[in-house]
Amino acid sequence: MENTANVIEMRHIVKDFNGFKANDDINLTVKKGEILALLGENGAGKSTLMSILSGLLMPTSGDILVQGQKVAVKSPTVAKDLGIGMVHQHFMLMNSFTVLENIILGHETVKGPKIDFKKAQQQIEALSARYNLNVDPKKKVSEITVAQQQRVEILKILYRGADIMIFDEPTAVLTPQEITEFIQILKELAKEGKSIILITHKLEEIKRAADRVTVIRSGKSVGTFDVADVSNNRLAELMVGRHVDMKLDKPAAKVGKTMLQVSDLQVKNKQGVLALKGLSFNLRAGEILGVAGIDGNGQDELARALTGMQHINAGKVVIDGEDMTNQKVRKITEHGVSYIPSDRQKYGLILPFSISDNLALQNYYRPPFSSHHVMHYDAINEHAKQLIEQFDIRTTGSDLPVSDLSGGNQQKVIIARELNLDSKLIIAFQPTRGLDVGAIEYIHKQLLLERAKGKAILLISYELDEVMQLSDRIIVLHDGNISGEVKPEKTSDEELGLLMTGVKKEGSALA
Amino acid sequence: MNLMTILSLLVSSTFVYSTPLIFTSLGGVYSENSGITNVGLEGIMTMGAFASVVFNLTFASSLGKLTPWLGLVVGGVVGMIFSLLHAVATINFHADHVISGTVLNLMAPPLGVFLVKAIYDKGQTENITQSFGYFSFPGLADIPVIGPIFFRNTSAPAWLAIVVSIALWWILYKTRFGLRLRACGENPQAADTMGINVYGMRYAGVLISGLLGGVGGAVFAQAISGNFSISTIVGQGFMALAAMIFGKWNPLGGMLASLFFGFAQSLSIIGNQLPFFNHIPSVYMQIAPYVITIVILVLFFGKSVAPAADGQNYIKSK
Amino acid sequence: MLKVKPKTKKILVPIISILAGFIVGALIMLVWSYNPIEAYSSMFTSALGNMNGIGETIREATPLIFTAIGFAIASNAGFFNIGLPGQAQAGWLTSIWVVLANQNLPKIVLLPLAIIAGVIAGAFVAGIAGWLRAQFGTNEVITTIMLNYIVLYSCQYLMQQVMSQKLRIDTDTTKTIAPNGSLRIEWLSSMFGDSRINAGIFLALIGAFLYWYLMKKTTTGFEIRSVGANPYASRYAGMSTKKNILYSMILSGGFAGFGGVVQGLGTYQNYFTQTTSLDIGWDGLSVALLGGGTAIGILLAAFLFSILKIGGLGMQTIAGIPYEIVSIVIAAIIFFVAIQYVIGLLFKNNKEKVPNSEAETGPATVSKTTTSEGGQG
Repeated sequence: MENTANVIEMRHIVKDFNGFKANDDINLTVKKGEILALLGENGAGKSTLMSILSGLLMPTSGDILVQGQKVAVKSPTVAKDLGIGMVHQHFMLMNSFTVLENIILGHETVKGPKIDFKKAQQQIEALSARYNLNVDPKKKVSEITVAQQQRVEILKILYRGADIMIFDEPTAVLTPQEITEFIQILKELAKEGKSIILITHKLEEIKRAADRVTVIRSGKSVGTFDVADVSNNRLAELMVGRHVDMKLDKPAAKVGKTMLQVSDLQVKNKQGVLALKGLSFNLRAGEILGVAGIDGNGQDELARALTGMQHINAGKVVIDGEDMTNQKVRKITEHGVSYIPSDRQKYGLILPFSISDNLALQNYYRPPFSSHHVMHYDAINEHAKQLIEQFDIRTTGSDLPVSDLSGGNQQKVIIARELNLDSKLIIAFQPTRGLDVGAIEYIHKQLLLERAKGKAILLISYELDEVMQLSDRIIVLHDGNISGEVKPEKTSDEELGLLMTGVKKEGSALA
Repeated sequence: MNLMTILSLLVSSTFVYSTPLIFTSLGGVYSENSGITNVGLEGIMTMGAFASVVFNLTFASSLGKLTPWLGLVVGGVVGMIFSLLHAVATINFHADHVISGTVLNLMAPPLGVFLVKAIYDKGQTENITQSFGYFSFPGLADIPVIGPIFFRNTSAPAWLAIVVSIALWWILYKTRFGLRLRACGENPQAADTMGINVYGMRYAGVLISGLLGGVGGAVFAQAISGNFSISTIVGQGFMALAAMIFGKWNPLGGMLASLFFGFAQSLSIIGNQLPFFNHIPSVYMQIAPYVITIVILVLFFGKSVAPAADGQNYIKSK
Repeated sequence: MLKVKPKTKKILVPIISILAGFIVGALIMLVWSYNPIEAYSSMFTSALGNMNGIGETIREATPLIFTAIGFAIASNAGFFNIGLPGQAQAGWLTSIWVVLANQNLPKIVLLPLAIIAGVIAGAFVAGIAGWLRAQFGTNEVITTIMLNYIVLYSCQYLMQQVMSQKLRIDTDTTKTIAPNGSLRIEWLSSMFGDSRINAGIFLALIGAFLYWYLMKKTTTGFEIRSVGANPYASRYAGMSTKKNILYSMILSGGFAGFGGVVQGLGTYQNYFTQTTSLDIGWDGLSVALLGGGTAIGILLAAFLFSILKIGGLGMQTIAGIPYEIVSIVIAAIIFFVAIQYVIGLLFKNNKEKVPNSEAETGPATVSKTTTSEGGQG
């Protein structure tokens, strides 16, 4: 008969998007008061499965049981009534609304025709106090930190009386210390009897937070395990489907002359506030300098300033001995800078254009691709064919729009274009964002190859693991300043975490 | 001409010219706060003007003084039906909002004139006999100074428009409906996850804009033009759009901006009767609303004033 | 559901839109007891049934080709230039004024001078919107709408207050231009039954060719399309978005101004005060939308709409059906073009399969972006 201890049971869930099965016969159960981790790669189908549970998507087939009763979660409202709440990876907040308005939206208490803001505020303050989720209800969302925004999201589902709470990659935007706090909050919620589903691809967090883990791969269930009984390596294998060697083959750096010299760099952001407050660092040929830090501490401005996209208010950028401060983008590129942007679809590619056109984006204006302002498409297509082969871009033709390619192949188009420039300096900003393990490995290998060729590489990433694995040195950005410089082999997540929150540490770990 | 006469002339003509703009800009505010850009206000006004004139001509003899007021209702309803085109195209059929709005503007004048020709067998209608006359508030009109300027022989629809804009402000910012409507214009995806029916709210926004735009057109036809022809509504809807922007997508702002534009318009028309203003070429008054709107947009640069998701289609995955 | 190639679909969408537009017009006529078959047949016979009709149809299409190209250039750069009426009007008044003020110059000087002046006037009006967009990020939809009215009232003022009385008949109409400032060609007009067809059509065809060449074959076109499709990535690729915004709006306004020039120097031979925004602006926008922004599409759409507009006059006199039905049909066609998503649903893309997996990772991974599967932050 039904196991009543199972708060949620999802049976044989299939979700078909025009012939693509994002979920293919997935089973999942959650017990009362437990934290269940849902592990899978990017694109494995985790978010789809949870969107089905939270009423955003309807399954093609399969059953959902809540408290042993078969239900049809037709809409978020139905999910809410069943006590299911979800905190999305990309926060679902109205930036121009207050925290209070965001929390009550869709679940407003009214007095006559008017919203009872006073009562709502009291309820929210009570919830904040009970679960230790401090946030000012009167502030606008645009005025609070990311960690606070996450609290707003949690308050939102608590306010709706959720007993089943789904968290989609909740730690992606948090520092190691904030992650610790967050896991504490999760455990307290579970102790209060809430059932929690934690979607993640980070093995370490599963070990720390979850009771059980369900692994899915390519839209299929792989299995469910007690976290205590399974090793990280085993989990990684289950997730990827083959043995993964987490270690990269990284020979010692053969460091050459200084390629990038940044001194006292000051840059204002769009709001006119100093986002970089006097950065100084240098980078030599043949080494990878990692820039760690939480999103929003000046990484965007750093990448934009170095590539000529943003005005530099003070300070100097010298590349290979030449002053490149406030030069035009094209001048900097021609001087020998390649750039792999963080958001490939927004900054790296012209999606409706063909693969050939995208591959020619940095040199279409020069012979042999054009002369006297007339384009030579033969040369552009020839060039494309060569790069498609060299970088193993999977496509049926160079004339296809680049939007038809998968994420990994789109990233390869950018890598091919930028590395083919044979630049002295490569700036890679979140180069593996949203990619699966195979594509990540490929890109990491390419970067190490470039390093071996004597290129200087600046790796800006929010993924601590990536920075630790690839870098020869790491600088940590906090609030527009460098809060410390460390060597990856001599530091720890804890130390980096402290630096990421701006705690400067004296001692041996500093290089 | 003494000061008192000048002032009351200015105020009453400002009121008359502002009223259509107030109603229509309020419509724009509601549509755009729900996330649907509406450049079709001009077309909606045209349909409202057409419907009210036909209604007025048909029923004036039996309904008497009540005719123009019922004409407002008829204009509003017809405007609302017409705006359904825009709603269906943008909300269900993923149409570009500007193109769809432009279709309304392309469609309305020939449709109105076609129907006039079909009904009356000529290119423009007769003049209506029951228009909005002047109205004096009993009691208030007798207050010294203020009374004669604001409340005696004034425009009743103008006062209605002002009351409506205050009510619509209150609804937009203080009620559940208003909060949800704005949520759909700010971040429809997030609103969806909160269980809000984004399509429903956006329909509400567009249909309200149709209603109010139709009323705006009906006021214009029954208080200013007096008949319907191809050139009844020329630019009024775009000026209302300008007022909405000048008013920062806020009902009260839209109302104040409309009053200001109405003032500029009335100056361009009655300016030659007034001392001082008769020396200014009327072209300055005519283009003032449009120039001001551009200047305002330039000054606002970088500050988010329009609803964040205004003009973006929301496609719900199933 | 029919399976068609994306390219076929591109052609089918406008064709279905046209048919649907005609059906809407027919339904409206039926409701009001007009005979749609009589209407459409009288429309086509009067537009194409004699040389004069054909000449007038070509004449009608001439300015539309220009304004449509104007719209399409801005559209390629990602802008919605809704200010074509104002830009065309500026071109019209300017070219007529230049000719009237310099009647005694030889044709070889005067005609190019007047054309260039008109083109510059249109380019200037659009350039304001382009400059504001490039410099301040001001939404061009709003600025171009506002500029339409600024131009409309300014032209009234210029006619009535500024233009020398020697150049005009009354405050609302200028004198007719002398032949050495005109685009009319005697033999061409007489060949087409004394219609107002003029040399403008040759210029329009050259314009369409230049537009195609510019967009498809030159680096300037590549940059304009690139900035239009993704301004951010274009900036990273070293293109100047500001420069391209300004260029494309100036080019766009220049073509729209040219539309006004051929209307003035070709069709009317004078300028008269306008009380509403110019039709050729709105129709040009419709033509460009129906033509899908391609040179050949614009030519075809311009001729179709001209057949409707010229034929509509005949329909009104022959069949007694109000001319406005033509504009309703055009608006309906654009409505169907705007909702082409729905028309597209009728057909399934018969697209070649693209390998979508990262093969080097083995069979384990599928990386396909779906609506709900986001990237990791």
